[in-house]
Amino acid sequence: MKKKMTKLERGEALTGYLFILPQMAGFIVLVLVPLVMVFTYSFESRNLLFGNMGFTGLDNYKTLIGDDLFYMTLKNTVIFSLGVVPLNLVLSLALALYLGSASTGTKIVRSVIFLPVITSGVAWAIVFTYLFQGGEAGPINYILSLIGIEGPNWLHEKGWAMFAVVVSRVLKNLGTNVLIFMGAVMNLPQDVLEAGRIDGATRPILFWKIKLPLLMPSILMVMIVTVIGSMRVFDTIKLMTDGGPEGSTMVLVYYIYHQAFRTFNIGYASTIAVVLFFIVLLLTIAQWALRRRASYYED
Amino acid sequence: MKTKILNKTIYYVIVAAIVVVFIYPFWWMVTNSLNSINEIFGKPTLLPKSWMWQNYIEIFRVQPFARHYLNTIIVALLGTGGNVLVSALSGYAFARLRFPGRSALFVLLLTALMMPIEVTIVPMYFMMNSIGANDTLVPLILIPVFCSQGAFSAFLLRQHFITVPKELEEAARLDGLKPAGIFFRIMLPISVPVLASAAILAFLSVWNMYLEPLVFVSSIGKFTLPLSLANFNDTYGLPQWNLQLAATTLSVIPVMAFYLIFQTKISNAMVTSGMK
Repeated sequence: MKKKMTKLERGEALTGYLFILPQMAGFIVLVLVPLVMVFTYSFESRNLLFGNMGFTGLDNYKTLIGDDLFYMTLKNTVIFSLGVVPLNLVLSLALALYLGSASTGTKIVRSVIFLPVITSGVAWAIVFTYLFQGGEAGPINYILSLIGIEGPNWLHEKGWAMFAVVVSRVLKNLGTNVLIFMGAVMNLPQDVLEAGRIDGATRPILFWKIKLPLLMPSILMVMIVTVIGSMRVFDTIKLMTDGGPEGSTMVLVYYIYHQAFRTFNIGYASTIAVVLFFIVLLLTIAQWALRRRASYYED
Repeated sequence: MKTKILNKTIYYVIVAAIVVVFIYPFWWMVTNSLNSINEIFGKPTLLPKSWMWQNYIEIFRVQPFARHYLNTIIVALLGTGGNVLVSALSGYAFARLRFPGRSALFVLLLTALMMPIEVTIVPMYFMMNSIGANDTLVPLILIPVFCSQGAFSAFLLRQHFITVPKELEEAARLDGLKPAGIFFRIMLPISVPVLASAAILAFLSVWNMYLEPLVFVSSIGKFTLPLSLANFNDTYGLPQWNLQLAATTLSVIPVMAFYLIFQTKISNAMVTSGMK
């Protein structure tokens, strides 16, 4: 039973539509339409040079299932995330808990730890490519040689290359998570902590039984955001290792880029992009579910 | 007493270690941007070995680096300006103007937040091609305005406009202002701090984007800074490490300066977007 709008309400509604028009039009053209297109492309044999060469049904998906290179990039992406996420979370949480309140030292740490966050990924990757040079030439290896360790040829040895990109990535993004956790630590209910202390809880018990459970919602949120970020990694890899050595750092987005713009397989690249879409979608749904639960607890 | 001193010492050792780890890469970049190629590797020194200031002149000779800088500034200004204007309009409408379908449309818009550009960039390449926008700066300006960064700003600004007291608008309405007038004459001026946060985040994301120019831009005259930096290694026969480092330093400096001035504002804004 809708009431008829008054003239004033109609005017307001009209203004409303006008105000959202630019954003919604751009959203439809540059987000929704490309998303639909990436799905249709994945059912086509489409080439960068020759355009659409016909509907091929599930052919691209069949290729995907039998493509060893795809599994390798998927595995590398997971390895990269398994390196970045725990390292990032443990370091940032430890720093946030240790540094705690606003003393001078903490303020200095807050500023310097944030410098890489605002620096471009390209600049950071370029500098770390130099720092990780092999032999005695690289600064990191030079420092290692001072304590008698002969460092590997980081970016050109399997395994070490992945280690190097993980380290540079963690250092680049650590600052955001440290600051988020500092906020979460500051908001811990002081009366609960005080009650724990009065009951004689030792510091480890205070951490494991009280602080950690209270921080869990923020930890899970930060974790999912960090996982999504690692699934989308590209610039670090492209610039530091270019997917090498022997494809050992080739990740999903690198493979999409490679298929689309190096071997011109647009249809197949879109199929891999669809996989990435579903990975990010699932993680986002998990994030929303968690947020809903977290805010439920907060009330 | 003794443990207190020990704890203090450990604290300062950790703080010092963090400072070294996070400052050293920048320090290394700047000092070696003033070295010759042969001096870059080998025993690291704390200061440049030969103070080759000519490196900073040379980068403008081997590449149209000034052009790349200008391109980046153009894209960053238009991308940021467009982002803030478009999202302020929609953020205000979604927060304050009543129209049928408001919440459904807003939820729809929020899906853009999770849409990775890496998923949609391939079809976007064809779209841009069909309107002749490939190898121009146009896609690089449109993406930050309308894709996830745009949706994020709209979200941020809607949250803000919701908190503005309703009395302010009612008073303005009684004075005879129409919604558009209320928006431009009252809402925008009182929202400068939040608009600045949105602008900072948009600016940083545009200044630092790499995949987008890599896909949409091909001729060297259209490069933005990240492409330009990578190009010191890629195209030319000889590696130009010292020049690459000098160019990287020049690309990082404005952002650093900006950060040192507006530190708290920037880190708070980034933390908000980190939790989105």
